[in-house]
Amino acid sequence: MSDVQDYSSRLSDPNSRKMGTFSYLPQLTDDELRSQVEYIVAKGWNPAIEHTEPENATSNYWYMWKLPMFGETDVDAVFQEVELCKTANPNNHVRLIGYDNFKQSQGTAMVVHRAEISA
Amino acid sequence: MNAQNPPGKYSAGVKEYRETYWEPNYTPKESDILACFKITPQAGVPREEAAAAVAAESSTGTWTTVWTDLLTDLEYYKGRAYAIEDVPGDDESYYAFIAYPMGLFEEGSVVNVFTSLVGNVFGFKAVRALRLEDVRFPLWFVATCDGPPHGIQVERDKLDKYGRPFLGCTIKPKLGLSAKNYGRAVYEALRGGLDFTKDDENVNSQPFMRWRDRFEFCQESIEKAEKETGERKGHYLNVTAPNIEEMYKRAEFAKELGTPIIMSDYLTLGWAAQASLSRWCRDNGMLLHVHRAMHGVIDRHPKHGINFRVLAKMLRLLGGDHLHSGTVVGKLEGDRAATLGWIDLMREKVVKEDRSRGIFFDQDWGQMPGVMPVASGGIHVWHMPALVNIFGDDACLQFGGGTLGHPWGNAAGAAANRVAVEACVKARNEGRELEKEGKDILTKAAQYSPELKIAMETWKEIKFEFDTVDKLDVAHR
Repeated sequence: MSDVQDYSSRLSDPNSRKMGTFSYLPQLTDDELRSQVEYIVAKGWNPAIEHTEPENATSNYWYMWKLPMFGETDVDAVFQEVELCKTANPNNHVRLIGYDNFKQSQGTAMVVHRAEISA
Repeated sequence: MNAQNPPGKYSAGVKEYRETYWEPNYTPKESDILACFKITPQAGVPREEAAAAVAAESSTGTWTTVWTDLLTDLEYYKGRAYAIEDVPGDDESYYAFIAYPMGLFEEGSVVNVFTSLVGNVFGFKAVRALRLEDVRFPLWFVATCDGPPHGIQVERDKLDKYGRPFLGCTIKPKLGLSAKNYGRAVYEALRGGLDFTKDDENVNSQPFMRWRDRFEFCQESIEKAEKETGERKGHYLNVTAPNIEEMYKRAEFAKELGTPIIMSDYLTLGWAAQASLSRWCRDNGMLLHVHRAMHGVIDRHPKHGINFRVLAKMLRLLGGDHLHSGTVVGKLEGDRAATLGWIDLMREKVVKEDRSRGIFFDQDWGQMPGVMPVASGGIHVWHMPALVNIFGDDACLQFGGGTLGHPWGNAAGAAANRVAVEACVKARNEGRELEKEGKDILTKAAQYSPELKIAMETWKEIKFEFDTVDKLDVAHR
């Protein structure tokens, strides 16, 4: 059994909480985030940014950061808004959404910034 | 009616089917139900006669003329064989295309349509073997069926999961676990990062684990895993039961517990019961996972039975939110192009005729929601790049042995799969070619996931390289 590793998730540890797509990967680097924005734009989806206090992350409705960026195809502009959202809400998780108005749903939603939580 | 029998006069006796049911000049109407059969006739039966016989026996015809034929408008009600085509690479069989007028069928009744199309005709002596390859359902019929209780978009919204395939796992061993131990296996898989776990199809309510106990323990597992991970989880509680009263009883209890998804087996449960359960699910906000036990009996033989693409269309009409589709890459049968064809038929709004995927007709689904294909059976982390490439985001990938067989247990197995799927989705979004670069993508991801690293070492050598029995009909077979 000495080779077997324990799975360390705990109810008592807020850092065990996940929040959807990419929450099992390391934090995205700036370059990686840009690639994901490019993907959303290339799909023809409308980028949007949301954030929340970690303890409220299970809600369907995180806070919208301004309005969805309808028709925005400039990757830098979207990237800048993510940075602005992070700076204004340093203790919050941030996710990036691509709204697909043809499917009337979110084409994707991915966590792009996980706030540090002291357990 | 021939020269000796002027129209409107009754003449008893047997006449050739093709006189009445073979109409090569017929142009199908938008409202017709169209079917493509692969016919393997008895020796000496001409093609047109066999095609016409299939049209007759699946619609108005019987073996002899009857006087009551003259009390109705047979010209309207008959099915018509309107085209015959060679089967590529096969000298013995051929495709017959048959059009059925809308008045032949009860609105919204899949049961009624198939009682005609695959009824007595399949035992008919003039054909040696018969296979229903495809059916075009006109929009009026689609719109009179309930369809999926929720569909893919609503399921995503309810579960708050976007931009990646769902992950699941069937709890094993199939049979024999106690309810409490079973719930343990569910909890471990869910806390490790899976979205769903699943009852095996033959887990119903046996003496070793009665359904009520299983439902209660599994619900506790779901709730604890949700609190622990902050994500929404589900376990497909199988309500397939010996009778529909029992089925509803189990479904009602699942609802009482507040569980998000239940499960049925549509072929063994029966189509009418499936349609009823699906309607109940829509009325009660319950997602419905659908398994397909027995499909291999019906769809595997290349010359007889019903192709799975027809069974898949049937389920979309009957109603279900998930349906097992085959994996292409795992331990179970499944031709890649054919599978791509029927997963389109499950998910898309309009599917165009595409013989390279075995699709014989355009199919317009109107506003009917899509069914999420489920890839399950003999798959593990090494298959992930191919699975994400083949299925895209709108699918549920289920790793049974590929989760539970992890050397460190279910939670680690689940985490390995979750890391692998997210790494593949991220790489795909970056524009990388998953099936070419899969090894590199997984190896990099494993650098920060010891669970994935061990999973890759465990399953590296497992392969399933048997040839497919039911292939698409192509000339180079």
